[in-house]
Amino acid sequence: MTGIVGYGAYVPRYRIRAEEIGKVWGGDGERMAKSLNIREKSVPALDEDVITISVEAARIAVRHAKVNPRDIEAVYVGSESHPYAVKPSATIVAEAIEATPDLTAADYQFACKAGTAAIQTCLALVKSKIIKYGMAIGADTSQGKPGDALEYTASAGGAAYILGERNTIADIHDTYSFTTDTPDFWRREGQDFPRHGSRFTGEPAYFKHIIAASKRIMERNNLRPEDFRYAVFHQPNGKFPVAVAGMLGFKKEQVEDGLLTPMIGNTYSGSTPLGLSAVLDVAHPGDMILVTSYGSGAGSDAFIIRATDRISKNRNPKPVREQIKHKEYVDYSIYAKFKSKIKGVCLQRR
Amino acid sequence: MTEGLALHWRLIPPRYNLIGNTCKNCGQRFFPPRNICPDCRRKSRLERFKYSGEGEVYTYSIVRVAPTGFEFQKPYVVAIVKLKEGPKCTAQIVDCDPEGVRIGDKVEVVFRKIMADDDSGIIKYGYKFKLKK
Amino acid sequence: MTKVAVIGIGITQFGEFWERSYRDLITEAGINAIQDAGIDGIEVGALYVGSMSPGLFIGQEHVASLVADNAGLTGIPATRVESACASGGMALREAYLSIKAGAADIVVAGGVEKMTDVSTEAATDALAGAADQEWEAFHGVTFPALYAMMARRHMKEFGTTEEQLAMVAVKNHHNGSLNPNAQYRKPITVDEVMKSAPVADPLKLFDCSPITDGAAVVILASEERAKKLCDKPVWIMASAQASDTLALHDRKSLCRTEAAVKASKIAYKAAGVLPKDVDFAEVHDCFTIAEIMAVESLGFCEVGRGGKFTEDGETSLKGRKPVNTSGGLKAKGHPVGATGIAQAVEAVMQLRGEAGKRQVHDATVGLTHNVGGSGASCVVHVFQKEVR
Repeated sequence: MTGIVGYGAYVPRYRIRAEEIGKVWGGDGERMAKSLNIREKSVPALDEDVITISVEAARIAVRHAKVNPRDIEAVYVGSESHPYAVKPSATIVAEAIEATPDLTAADYQFACKAGTAAIQTCLALVKSKIIKYGMAIGADTSQGKPGDALEYTASAGGAAYILGERNTIADIHDTYSFTTDTPDFWRREGQDFPRHGSRFTGEPAYFKHIIAASKRIMERNNLRPEDFRYAVFHQPNGKFPVAVAGMLGFKKEQVEDGLLTPMIGNTYSGSTPLGLSAVLDVAHPGDMILVTSYGSGAGSDAFIIRATDRISKNRNPKPVREQIKHKEYVDYSIYAKFKSKIKGVCLQRR
Repeated sequence: MTEGLALHWRLIPPRYNLIGNTCKNCGQRFFPPRNICPDCRRKSRLERFKYSGEGEVYTYSIVRVAPTGFEFQKPYVVAIVKLKEGPKCTAQIVDCDPEGVRIGDKVEVVFRKIMADDDSGIIKYGYKFKLKK
Repeated sequence: MTKVAVIGIGITQFGEFWERSYRDLITEAGINAIQDAGIDGIEVGALYVGSMSPGLFIGQEHVASLVADNAGLTGIPATRVESACASGGMALREAYLSIKAGAADIVVAGGVEKMTDVSTEAATDALAGAADQEWEAFHGVTFPALYAMMARRHMKEFGTTEEQLAMVAVKNHHNGSLNPNAQYRKPITVDEVMKSAPVADPLKLFDCSPITDGAAVVILASEERAKKLCDKPVWIMASAQASDTLALHDRKSLCRTEAAVKASKIAYKAAGVLPKDVDFAEVHDCFTIAEIMAVESLGFCEVGRGGKFTEDGETSLKGRKPVNTSGGLKAKGHPVGATGIAQAVEAVMQLRGEAGKRQVHDATVGLTHNVGGSGASCVVHVFQKEVR
């Protein structure tokens, strides 16, 4: 059966605390942290971007999957902060894992669900026997508008998945997507920062799509929340995924292992993929996992995943919870420097 | 100095993937890659060799006055890293307290942005190292 | 083969000169040298000029013809020699070889660099051209950083201290205060060096030579012409050159300038002298650590003992082995292409007894040591006083 042969996660080392952000904007960082359930978020270094994050995640995935990179015949990178508007992140990642030149590649954009969309594409290419292995990456270094609520949450990180037919550690039994035109959160070409519809991003957007996709996929597979050991939902903050889990009939314990946002913030296209990696790090053979991502604009990709016997024999060499233990705090000034929020600061010559 | 497009493109294998070479005639290993083995010269039999990215700090310095483009990274550490397989190469050491680096520290390679020529030019990626925990 | 002598010298003030151009500087030095030699311009058979990067500093290539043209020497064979900071020393060697080969009997060897027409950042970037662009400069390595990495290794292997490095700067500034042409003529203290702004740990601002404008010229002549034209010819007893890997990381040892070891060995043999016979030396102190490594590479002291050698005052004006009586690159200044020739000018002044307050008494044999980049090239000359 087609499924996940290997995966890799990467989160940059630097962190900024909610209180630190609050200090600058005259907000109550402590209160924001509590209401969003995000204590601190990851910050990319000046020399990191979606491409470098994707490469680090991809290299771990290749190591984990123990495949010959030349057999990876598709690479898709999903992000809303690709370094180039034109020139795919995917080709650089493919070169950096030595998968070139016999492969197809492209970049995806669908707000926070570009990574899971890439997983669906790779799944289809493998299932139809067009390719042997496909790599799907979700990664972001999103910007939050200074002073906006999103500044407390927009962070950096990503995860890569290698899909294949053989030696899977987790099989993907089904995937279903629920997609509508819902203008909850967007960024126009050329704009630095996204805009969002405040409370409009909740019920008609996040909750509607995740609930619809999750319900439909469970229905058509005759499954109920109790049948799953884990559930991973898109995690823009530490509260929404727990709330939607409750609405769907899942228990808090089922979402806990896959909830990373309180410690690293919202990694956008990396959010669901990273959450899933945290679950795969601890899952046992036979565990059922429901994964439902959400991307503004809007849509949700749902997956029914079952851990195979191989999962306990082939553990990931760099589990994400281990990685995020190694961190270094920065203050707002360094954070602003790293994220090029200061005019004229970037890694270039002129 | 701004590099040409083709110059950087030709150097992608060593810069992204630590691809160097080795002389089958005498066994010496080279990174960065060489055109001929300096000892064997015309008797060189060079073959591609990929380095693992593991090594140790041979010497280092903390750059506090930076060249054009690198200003926002200072202070940063540059080091000569002795790769596990033998050759030495020059690179930055990142994700550390600059004052915390010592000769002999074990390092592993990471993939990072090195420099872009300006805000419309291509981004050059390459190897840097981080301290192994 | 004929012997070769220096029959005339000329040098400009070294410093930061807004009003003086590349052409102004080299012409002044050249005219002074011709005057000093007591010859007519028409007698000059060829010209060699050392300039590291006029292309980047003043947008000008093809400078040998420019220099000849500007000096009224149009028509003679004029050659630019480039080997980063060893350009001047190498121009001297080429001039020397042309006389040895019988291609000319009076040859001008000059060096000039105009570094202040561009910003400090642009000048630093131009200097970085001496390093390996693809594998060193690409990664943000600067020249101070390259020498700093050598210093760190030297400190680890031999226990050299930052204070000993500072002592090199202090000595050279003292000597510079006695040199009217030097860029810096104020003495400094170890404390001031130690407290100066860090540039690339462990090197600080006062461990580093400055950015300078300047020019220097020597006139060389064959034995026959020298004997006729000059009362005090200074003989070039040896001229040697060696190269090494461009990138520092490819060197066999970071603590030895292999090219200097090779070149000096050849030079000592050709001149029939030993290191102990050298009465004074002008060495390439682009950074303080470079002078410490130089005195070791040249065999003035044991490998690893350069710091102690300096600390004990052996290299001071009154010491057993005065090094950089001119003030060195550190205090005299380092107009890159001019340095190798300026070193020769100092050597000749010492051997003629014209060094004033910097005079080394009874100096008979002098040595100059000019290095390119982090050590990828080195030119060594041995000069001897005319003995009557």
